[in-house]
Amino acid sequence: MSSLQSLDIAKRSATTTPSTQARKTIEVAKLIDVSSCIGCKACQVACMQWNDLRDDVGDNHGTYDNPRDLTPQSWTVMRFSEVEVEKDKLEWLIRKDGCMHCEDPGCLKSCPAPGAIVKYSNGIVDFISEHCVGCGNCVTGCPFDVPRISKVDSKAYKCSLCSDRVGVGLEPACAKACPTGAIRFGTKEDMLDYGAERVTDLKERGYGNAGVYDPQGVGGTHVVYVLQHADKPELYHGLPADPKISPLVSLWKGAAKPLAVAAMIGAAVAGFFHYTRVGPIESKDETPDSEPADKV
Amino acid sequence: MGIRYLPRYNAGERTNHWLIVLFFIGAALSGLAFFHPSLYFLSAFVGGGTWARILHPFMGLAMSLCFLVLFLKLWRHNVMNEADKEWLKHSGEMLRGDKSRMPPAGRYNAGQKQIFWIMVVSLAVLVVTGFMFWQPWFANAFPILLRRIAVVLHAASATVLVLSVIVHVYAAIWVKGTVRAMTRGTVTEGWARQNHALWHREMTGKQ
Repeated sequence: MSSLQSLDIAKRSATTTPSTQARKTIEVAKLIDVSSCIGCKACQVACMQWNDLRDDVGDNHGTYDNPRDLTPQSWTVMRFSEVEVEKDKLEWLIRKDGCMHCEDPGCLKSCPAPGAIVKYSNGIVDFISEHCVGCGNCVTGCPFDVPRISKVDSKAYKCSLCSDRVGVGLEPACAKACPTGAIRFGTKEDMLDYGAERVTDLKERGYGNAGVYDPQGVGGTHVVYVLQHADKPELYHGLPADPKISPLVSLWKGAAKPLAVAAMIGAAVAGFFHYTRVGPIESKDETPDSEPADKV
Repeated sequence: MGIRYLPRYNAGERTNHWLIVLFFIGAALSGLAFFHPSLYFLSAFVGGGTWARILHPFMGLAMSLCFLVLFLKLWRHNVMNEADKEWLKHSGEMLRGDKSRMPPAGRYNAGQKQIFWIMVVSLAVLVVTGFMFWQPWFANAFPILLRRIAVVLHAASATVLVLSVIVHVYAAIWVKGTVRAMTRGTVTEGWARQNHALWHREMTGKQ
């Protein structure tokens, strides 16, 4: 994708000065109601169509997941999990996987290329491909294992939440195509309200642990799920229970780096002052007037 | 009577050393570009961010392979001994400009030996961890947690290596007559007598 409105960029990768603050936009969110999903994959098709992506034809590996995983060409994938939360009561949990659009994005924090990853003030996290250098740090930083590096062009790819559509007042392609209303799009506030309603319904239907998945460890996300078993998100193809940016990533990209830069510059400056204050060590035969002789 | 020179490094050793320097500069420019946003401009010296990402691992690997040659030739000379402990005890005085109580050093003094081993260890860590997130060929073979650990160790070792290089370069400038060992291959007898008395005795048979 490409950057739409520089005024609307709230966070920018590898940038130490503040982004534009003048204009505030309303935070958006996509709500995925797993309990209403029938696994038809219309969202996958709509994603391919809108974004002009065509993945290679994959292979069957005994589940309905197709393709097997997120790829540079498949920014969303339905994950089918067969689970028995209660004994002998099979449940088919179908989760639409893809970028969660974290409020505190680990990919953006890890990215060393200025402006290659941005977070718009509406909450969408977008890869600005022309600035991407292909280092793969976003993969290292993401708590959800979402970005994929292309083997063709070495650029990172993931769901853009159709930032181009949202920028002109449209809903994301997947939400547009969903036939059951399992994917909804709107302001984050509205989506959380709607999610809460769905949770009430589900609880009445016997799903006592139903809930909205909006993990606070990453500051909340702009893709939120309604889960029948919100107490066990791992059931949904390993959705992390408490995702957060790894402390290793925080250490690597936090205070340690500026301190290390200061140490390097400090060492060179200290050397200079040592030379000017203490002076060099000279040997006796190194007098300036002596003629250099031939080697032994 | 002119100055007498003692051979210290032959042409092959000098070439190898300067190859390490060239590859180090390439690896440092491209690596520091990713180290902190304030240094991203350094990527311009190697043709931009993407080229920095492409070239950096090759530069680092080439540097390390050249260093391996140096290591195999020199590690025996850099084994620490009892006299080195005494030398280190007085190294603070030397930094303050008083060399009078420094015990005589062999081919390498304790400070040089320390730098040698710091470089050996940091380069080894850099190479091993570097493979773990080398896009696009090796990174995907390693689980993400391992890559997270690798990038932290890589950055830490890089900091140690750069600092040790700064000390190494400064020491060569500080102790006059040292740079000649790597540019011409020889040092003056006076330099050897003053800075590496035991090596001087070994080379000349003189006290």
